[in-house]
Amino acid sequence: MSAGDRDPAGLGTPRAIGLVAPALLLIGLFLAFPALWALYIGITDYQLTGPAAAEPRVVGLDNFATALDDALFANSLRLTALFVLGSAVVGQNALGFALAWLLRGVRPVLRRAVEGVVLLAWVLPGPVVAYLWFAVLSRDGGTLDLLLGRPGTAWLVEYPMASLVVFNTWRGTAFSMLLYTSALAAVPPSQLETARLAGAGGWRTVRDVVFPHIRGHVLTNTLLISLWTANDFTPFLLTAGGPNHESEVLPVLIYRQALDSGRLGYASAMSTLLLVGNLVVALVYLRLLRRRA
Amino acid sequence: MRRTTVVLLSVAGLLAGCLGQVRDADPTRNADATDVTLTITANAVAGGKNARGADWIANWVIPRFTEAQRAKGVRATVRFEQNGAGDEDFKTKVALDFKTGGGGDVVELDGIWLGEFAQAGQVEPLDDIVGAGEVDAWDGWRQIPDAVQDLGEFGGRRYGVPMGTDGRVLFYNKELFARAGLPIDWQPRGWDDVLDTAAKLKALPGVWPLQLNAGTAMGEATTMQGVLPALLGTGTAVHENGKWQGATPGVRDVLSLYRRVYRDGLGDPVLQQEAKGRDRSFALFAEHRIGILLESDYFWRSVVEPRAGVARMADRDTAVGWALIPARAPGAGVGGQDFVSTSGGGVRVINPNTRYPRQAWELMKFLNSAEAVKSALAGAAQVTQRADVNDEVLAGDPMLGFIADRVLPITRYRPGLADYPKVSAALRQATADVVAGRSPDDAARSYHDALVAAVGADAVAGG
Repeated sequence: MSAGDRDPAGLGTPRAIGLVAPALLLIGLFLAFPALWALYIGITDYQLTGPAAAEPRVVGLDNFATALDDALFANSLRLTALFVLGSAVVGQNALGFALAWLLRGVRPVLRRAVEGVVLLAWVLPGPVVAYLWFAVLSRDGGTLDLLLGRPGTAWLVEYPMASLVVFNTWRGTAFSMLLYTSALAAVPPSQLETARLAGAGGWRTVRDVVFPHIRGHVLTNTLLISLWTANDFTPFLLTAGGPNHESEVLPVLIYRQALDSGRLGYASAMSTLLLVGNLVVALVYLRLLRRRA
Repeated sequence: MRRTTVVLLSVAGLLAGCLGQVRDADPTRNADATDVTLTITANAVAGGKNARGADWIANWVIPRFTEAQRAKGVRATVRFEQNGAGDEDFKTKVALDFKTGGGGDVVELDGIWLGEFAQAGQVEPLDDIVGAGEVDAWDGWRQIPDAVQDLGEFGGRRYGVPMGTDGRVLFYNKELFARAGLPIDWQPRGWDDVLDTAAKLKALPGVWPLQLNAGTAMGEATTMQGVLPALLGTGTAVHENGKWQGATPGVRDVLSLYRRVYRDGLGDPVLQQEAKGRDRSFALFAEHRIGILLESDYFWRSVVEPRAGVARMADRDTAVGWALIPARAPGAGVGGQDFVSTSGGGVRVINPNTRYPRQAWELMKFLNSAEAVKSALAGAAQVTQRADVNDEVLAGDPMLGFIADRVLPITRYRPGLADYPKVSAALRQATADVVAGRSPDDAARSYHDALVAAVGADAVAGG
């Protein structure tokens, strides 16, 4: 066997290692180290202030046990699932696809214009969007109240989760729309034509002709937007988790435990659990993707 | 696999080392430096929160101090790190600063945080940072009354210099009172008095009669400007005989009061649940849409203040009245009092990480000199830490005089214990539950359980 066979890409050469090392160093510095640090803090009773800030003790898996037994954690887990399902899996996905599908036949100029407007929601920074929706959902002359003729309805207080779902759907739809626009371009026009000639309606065409072609895109998109939504902190800017924990999704709960209550150890344990949850979700999607391949 | 374990363990060891850093205090560090940079950190910002304090630091303290130092041959550069954050956020920021070895050289804190920061080793006694001789030699201590000095002490040691104190009252809108046919010279004698007055104000359209801070979104304001004064009105302090009040009769009474306010339509329950509810309550009061509001004199000085307040009220001086907070009934308050109040106050500390301990102390003395304290007031009403300044400025201001003469003698301070924030959080949650519709008994039970989980059954009274 020649050397080339053993290492066909030349990955073991000093040159290759030299090229990869900076990236590895950065990953180690900015990903692995903080993750390990968080993991370590998660097994201590470390606090922001007070005696346990001066001399944190290692408490093993106590924090994890506390979290799994904590009604607030269970509440946040449920709300996060609701948030992801409602705004990402269903909201952004469906609306994004619908827009992409409807814009197919539209004249390019008009299409670009619509896409541009939708994209604006995607490129605006989170806090800006939050303040925008604050104005929409406020009970003090809020846009929605005016439109519906229901003055004085405090949407963020009376329907906090529904408000967050609408907000996040609006915010993230553009990404799904763009992704599906490019996916739809890959569907062979001849098949769509055949479906049309066979008299298939819009829904049947999507289900039987389009969907099998873009299944991979759907899965990838759903995975990405689910993870983003599960880790999204902007709900804090809108409702701060309230009222009475009714919109306290996990990132907000973790923030509050860490920085409001100063329980850094406990909050780290909960972030670790969130990370594990994300990994499980990612693995399920990847499995589905691979089965398709 | 084994190698991975070794790597993980050594990283964990490294991390553990980082957590338990110990600093060596050295009061003589850079004592003779002639080129000095100092930073003041405060929760004050020009044109926003505590604007008056921010302007004072920027326009008075920094130029004057720099000049005074130049006369001594020291080139001092003083920076002012402004903040305009909520109290809780500011506390978090300062704690993170201290934890990471950063932060300003002189930092303004709420006195109630001192114990926590001290226990964490994030602030240290002035004697250790600056040197006992230097600290004792300051003549300003003689002007600060003992009760006020307590604000800067923890475990019997001096950690900071108090910045003054405050008192709480019921602010009310005289204009609304007149429109509802109520006397504008008002002093309720018990909770029923307050509730009856509020019920009459209910007749005014677009007006919420009463605002009693509740819920978790308001943060410490719920405890300090809501639960604690009410609790004192039932005759009990939140920490008594070494125990925290659990589901005691006093706590149940307070939660019943909340129920009467928020389920009988006297207060706006939605406001208590909004993320920015407190700011909004200020704005509503300034717009003449809230009748009665329990607040500290800070509200008068910095919120509805006509020129620099965050919710300016051009007609503050004619429209806003104030009254003592009544106990549940005459004589039912703590210590048999008819009226009650709670007080807090700010403290300035020196960051143990400072590169210039001596010069930071110089700045501290300067900030607390009679001349500086007087200038900080800019003619406004505030109880200061210095008796000599108070003697001069108390005269002639009705609101300030009222706080000093009538409120401070009956007021109570919060216990400076590290567990206090947990108790406070549990109390806020209990009021949030009542506002959201749970019965006072039910809320009290949950509160009791949460409290036991937080501080241990031995430290909780009632049940």
